[in-house]
Amino acid sequence: MDIAVFQQYGPALIKGFGYTILCWALGTVFGMMLGLVIALIQRYSPRPVRWIIQIYIEIIRGTPFLVQLFVLYYGGPLVGLRLDALPAGLLGLTIYSSPYFAEIFRSAFRAVPLGQIEAARAIGMAEPTIIRRILLPLGLVSALPALVNFSIILTKETVILSMITVPELMYQVSRMSTETFRYLEANLVLALFFWALVETISRVGRRFEARITKHLIERT
Amino acid sequence: MQASSVEIRKVNKFYGPFHALKDIDLSIPPGKVTCLIGPSGSGKSTLLRCMNFLEEYDSGEVRIDGQLIGYDAPGKRMSGRKLREMRRSIGMVFQQFNLWPHMTAHENVAEGLIRVRGLSKADAMTRAADALAKVGLADKMGNHPSRLSGGQQQRVAIARAIAMEPKLMLFDEPTSALDPELVGEVLNVMKTLASEGMTMVVVTHEMGFAAHVADQVAFLEKGELVDVDTPSGILHHPKDARIQSFLRTYHERNSF
Repeated sequence: MDIAVFQQYGPALIKGFGYTILCWALGTVFGMMLGLVIALIQRYSPRPVRWIIQIYIEIIRGTPFLVQLFVLYYGGPLVGLRLDALPAGLLGLTIYSSPYFAEIFRSAFRAVPLGQIEAARAIGMAEPTIIRRILLPLGLVSALPALVNFSIILTKETVILSMITVPELMYQVSRMSTETFRYLEANLVLALFFWALVETISRVGRRFEARITKHLIERT
Repeated sequence: MQASSVEIRKVNKFYGPFHALKDIDLSIPPGKVTCLIGPSGSGKSTLLRCMNFLEEYDSGEVRIDGQLIGYDAPGKRMSGRKLREMRRSIGMVFQQFNLWPHMTAHENVAEGLIRVRGLSKADAMTRAADALAKVGLADKMGNHPSRLSGGQQQRVAIARAIAMEPKLMLFDEPTSALDPELVGEVLNVMKTLASEGMTMVVVTHEMGFAAHVADQVAFLEKGELVDVDTPSGILHHPKDARIQSFLRTYHERNSF
């Protein structure tokens, strides 16, 4: 181990980690929002619309993230979509994660007992109100573990953004490696940072889950 | 209390090729209790659910106070708004209670008053508290459903329905999911409601309730309405062999 190397590259690594967290957080939030919209459209739309959405889901889920990112970043300008690396990376993460989030929401909505929806219909509640007051609160609760799980997977997908020069942690680690040949040290730092991030997310997620399911657990 | 009547004429319902309801004719008089009994799969729950159009019937008519429910004219579906309007005055109680687990008992009852009737939150909470007091749960208002027994949950569900001031109450096997010792408290609330002149349609396996509280009893089997009569006419002097055999099995199962 060479401490001097870390003194030199430390600030860049920490800054890179900041970008990693930023990309993960925004990618997760936007991807979840898009996924939620997709799941709701899927639930309430006529068949042709559902087919179109299904095709979108199949395409995005069926291709590697790296390929999607290259198409967006290098192919985008051909159709007038000229994005800097960071916005392109965020948009890429959003698109890439949306079908997975959509599927999580779709199955969570299906897990809401039909009887609880029917009870709302039976007193004359309108469908948008049912979505807001019954379907979303109950669906989000049952979706939470899977949402946290996929957002943890997403932390590690952010390293691919280094391929289009987003200055996140992987990008900094690659630079340090090639400039100093300290491959092992650089990648150990990467592993350590990711482990800390994932551990934090899963702890916060579990605590949040315990809080929102407090009233839903049958006690005898 | 205003009470609705229900007129059912030649109602048919299919699930694919399965003929679930066959030309059902039944009159539910206002302010009376009608019990629907019969073996499971006979179509009694389906018939009940046609009365607030949670189940779509394929032909025939279901009229609440003379107004066709679910359709503007035969074959022409009613708008969602109009259907919701009609449902406001029809309360429904389910076998599985179907309370909303993320809300307290108090919030469960107030929800419809706020979101459907448009009451202010304060008014809704007051009215909800009254309804809960009426079913004997004034002290459990702050509990979530997970902290209530089955009987208490079902009484909250009844309070949720009556808080909307319905003119007709539909009960879909309200005591079938309850432990035997909790059945009584729910039936008592229903008896009180009946004595106040509420029109009630009750799908039930509680022959005692049918015998003592119902004004008329309808027996269904295999999607057919076999007979409608007074409780004693159906339960003590059944004319049809199918009813006799149903009651025989019932007595055998309940004797010891």
